[in-house]
Formats: sequence, structure tokens, C-alpha cells
Amino acid sequence: MPQRDAPPRWDRRMQQRLARGEAAALGELYDRFASLVHGLAHRVVGEEHAADAITRDVFAHLWQHPDAYDPGEGPLRSWLAALTNRLAVQRLRTTETAALARGGHGTTEDLERKLRHASVAARADYIVQSMPAPLRAALELAYFQRRDYHQTATDLGVTDDEARRRLRLGLQLLATAHDAETPGAPPGIGGAA
Amino acid sequence: MSRRPATVPPGTDGPDGMPLVPEHGVLKSLLGAWALAACAPAEAEAVEEHLGDCGPCADEALRLREAVGLLHRPESLDLDPGLRTRVLESCLERRPPRVPVPEWAAAYDAETARLDALLQDFGVSEWHAPVRLRWYEADEASSRRTTVAGVIAHLLTVDGLVAVALGLDDPLGTVAAARPTPAERTEAYWRAARFPPTRSVRGPWREQSHALVRTVSFTGGGTGRTTVPYGDFELPLSDAMLDRAFECWVHAEDIAEAVDYPYEPPSGRHLHRLVDLAARMLPAVLEHRRLHGLASPVERRLVAAGEPGRSLRLEIEGSGGGEWLIPLDSPAAKGSAEHEVAHVALDGAEFCRLAAGHLPPREAAAGQEGDRTAIRDVLFAAASMSRM
Repeated sequence: MPQRDAPPRWDRRMQQRLARGEAAALGELYDRFASLVHGLAHRVVGEEHAADAITRDVFAHLWQHPDAYDPGEGPLRSWLAALTNRLAVQRLRTTETAALARGGHGTTEDLERKLRHASVAARADYIVQSMPAPLRAALELAYFQRRDYHQTATDLGVTDDEARRRLRLGLQLLATAHDAETPGAPPGIGGAA
Repeated sequence: MSRRPATVPPGTDGPDGMPLVPEHGVLKSLLGAWALAACAPAEAEAVEEHLGDCGPCADEALRLREAVGLLHRPESLDLDPGLRTRVLESCLERRPPRVPVPEWAAAYDAETARLDALLQDFGVSEWHAPVRLRWYEADEASSRRTTVAGVIAHLLTVDGLVAVALGLDDPLGTVAAARPTPAERTEAYWRAARFPPTRSVRGPWREQSHALVRTVSFTGGGTGRTTVPYGDFELPLSDAMLDRAFECWVHAEDIAEAVDYPYEPPSGRHLHRLVDLAARMLPAVLEHRRLHGLASPVERRLVAAGEPGRSLRLEIEGSGGGEWLIPLDSPAAKGSAEHEVAHVALDGAEFCRLAAGHLPPREAAAGQEGDRTAIRDVLFAAASMSRM
């Protein structure tokens, strides 16, 4: 799919077109990234209506501040994922804090844990979607299809060694979702704050 | 892998010369598979034994096990198709565009996005599901069999007429069509391919549709003198973009029906423009049919250009509806309420299906009153606008 490994050229052109105020560019931006943004937002807030609102805010933010994205610093895709994570966690914090103030049960520590958890989950989704396809395919077989590594190797047409390597590497990448500043993940995506 | 007793010290060779207990390196390489419970029981046992003795491996094992907990079956979240319009509108309100998408291209922009979203999750079986394209020819229902991918190829080649008019690349490339009509171009494209179209046609179709919206945005809202030749007739650029939006929706419905997915009509605002295009084209179509003896000559009175003439009131109900007065005697005449001789009432989506050749003229129109011949002529003229 064109979504993956988009050349930086596309990102740069897009940024320029948005800065020029080209409405058609906004439509193309939405068509390419809406399902990523909405999916990540939904993973954090767990609710359709809120995910819609976050999606709106993410695109509006870039449309209103096209210079906030610097193509030199990395792919637009990662930048949007980071922004989505930040806005989604912000929104969850607001609604949960309000619920707590209304006398909902739980403590502020529970709230912080929940926010951290939601943020990590969304980062993990992003990592899975962005990791090299061979690693994702191996994880898919071993985890969702419940194939052992030998069967996974057969399905993928690789050696047992290679299947083991892919599974381990895939999980190592995924584990970085727990790190506050994730090397494999976009800058600024870390932290529940 | 065969069973290995995990109690044998590492490095001990089995009868075949292979180590009975794998080395640290091998065990480490198994950590991913182990965390996913994807190794043989004996291997799992050997790994677990090893974790008791090896700190670094134990740390990694814990980390990978936790990572497994983050794997998550992606929910198939169908984006609400209406969300696109809401998000874009909200953005454009906050910061008005310097280069807007022209009003007459908005329906095409929205309809191509909706169709693309429908195609998003199609697997091989859906792409090759049979579809029957239907239209009216010489007042008879015609059809042509193709597949979902074949329909997208059809949209690609006919949208290509607009692309060519705008100076963009022709998706037909070096393939020559006998005549530059939508049907001939489509047949030529289908014939030239060595294999039936596959899902790979989606990318070029979507790229071209984006390129069309992008390019017409720079025409500055007015369509200037650009016309789009369709072989047998031509349309101003603005109407051609409405026509392409209309076709996109009609064929999206064909596809949705073929794979048994639900599909909604366009938003009221866009549907209104599509109905308006058909209503505006009807007088010329009636004239053309009269010249070819397909519409009744009636007691035709000559009407001076711009003067009110006998009219049919087309009442479109529902979202996107409205009223149109169709001059019956000449495309140059003005529709007139005083000279109304017939009245037809139809739902907007139903009218479009009639104009798409998906609804027999005899079965159309919920309400009709007045001159029956005029009504028949208009309904058949509407169906005759359909094409492959």
C-alpha cells in the first residue's frame, strides 16, 4: 500500500501544499492518514465519538499550523501519530479527571496508570503498523494464527532460524512502546503527559 | 525438533552429534518464539531452565512477554464515511483555503473518497466478484459483465477523458480506442490487458482522481473554456466533473451490490447537484430523441429562444430534492410554471437510478399527473442518458 514507506518527497510536497492553503491537499492528507489517526485515537479513548473529535483536531491542527511539521525531522506519518497520541491522552485525562471530580471511584494514581496504559497501547499499535512487513507477518502467524515458529517458517518460506529471529526482533521493537522516549517511535510520542 | 531432556548439562552431545541442550546463543534466539508460546514443549522447557541461570536472558524474556501483551487484534473500524466531510469542513472553517476545491468538483471529491473507502478492505474474492453493468440503449435495457476490478478500470479510463482535457496523462497510454467514447475506451483498455484487471487498478484510479481534484482547483472556480469531449458530445468541465461524480456513485452501488455491502446515496447537497445536471441535460436529450423519432413529435409549437414553453414539473423528494421545470419543446425554451402540462414526483436517488439506466422508465415515478405522453418522453429520455 502507498501508505507505507512514503517517500520524504511526498511529505515535503504535502507540507508545502498545506502551507499554500490548498484544500485539495487537505483532502489527500485525510485520505492517506485518517484511518491511522482514527485508529490510534480510538485505541486511547476507546470511544467512537471522542475518536472522531480527535481526528478532526489532528487534521485541523496541521491545516492551521502547517509549519509545525518539519519534513527534515522525520516522516509526516510519525509526526501525525505523535500528535494523535498527545491529543488523545489529553482528552482522556480531561474526561477522566472530570469523572473523578464528580465522585467517580479510583485515585489519581489509578488515573495516571490508565493514561500510561492507553498511551503505551496506542504506541504499540503504531509500532506494529510501521514495522517491516516480514516482522509483522511473522508475529501475525505466531500470535493470531497460533502457529509455532516451525510452522511460521514454513508459511513464510524461510528457515527456522530466520523465523525465530523475526519473532524476537518484532517483539523487541514492540517492547519499545513501554519506553518513555521510544527510539523506533516518533519523537514526542512518549509519555502520558 | 525432537524432545530433549532439559536436565542434561549444556554442551552434551546426543547420538546424532547435535547438542542435547542448546547453547546460550540458540536459547537466546528462541526467546521471541518462547514469549509467544510458539516453540516445542521441550524447547520451552529448555528456555525456562536457562532463564533461571542467565540474568540477561531472563530480563529480555520478561520484556518480550510484556510486549506480547501489547499485541492486539486490529479492530476493523470502518471509518464513518461522513466523517471526511465533517473534518474537512471544520478545517476549512478554521482556516479558509487560498485554493479551494471548486463547488462543482466537491461531489467528485466526496464520491471517489467514499468508493475508495469501500474498496479498502476488499480481498481477492471481492475484487473478482462478478458485476453486471447496466444501461439503456435504444430504449432497451443493456448490460455487460465484468468484475469489481473491471468496474474500477472502467472508471479509470472514462475519468481519463477529463484528465486528457486537463492536459494530464491518459490512463490508456498507448492503447488506441476505436472512438474516444466512454464505452470504446473501456473496451479497449480491457482488451489490451493480458490478464483481467486486478486490485492493482485501484492505485492508478485513486491517483488520477486525486490529480483531477488537484488540477481543477487551479482553474479558479470558473471553468473557463475547458470542455471535455466524450466522443459523441462534450460537456463543460464543471458538468463533466458532476457527471464523473454521478458515475462513480452509480458504479460504487453496482460494486456494493455485487459484494453485498450497504452503500448510501450521496449527501443531499451533492445529490442535488447530480439531479440538477440530469435535469439540465434533459431538454437537449428530448430534442435529440425527437429528431431521431424516439420521442413523440407532439403538437409541437415553435418557441422562440428564451421564451417560456410547455414544461414538465420534475419534483424530487427527499434529501437533495427540489423542483425543476423541464421545457419540453425546445432546449432553448425556458421552463415555465404557467405552461406546466405534466408533473412527476420521484425520490432523488430513484431519479438518479433512472438516469443511470438501473430503473426501467415504466417503473419510475411515484406520482405522475398530466400529459402522459410528455411524462413517458421525459422518463425514457432520462433513461437514455445512461451509458456503460
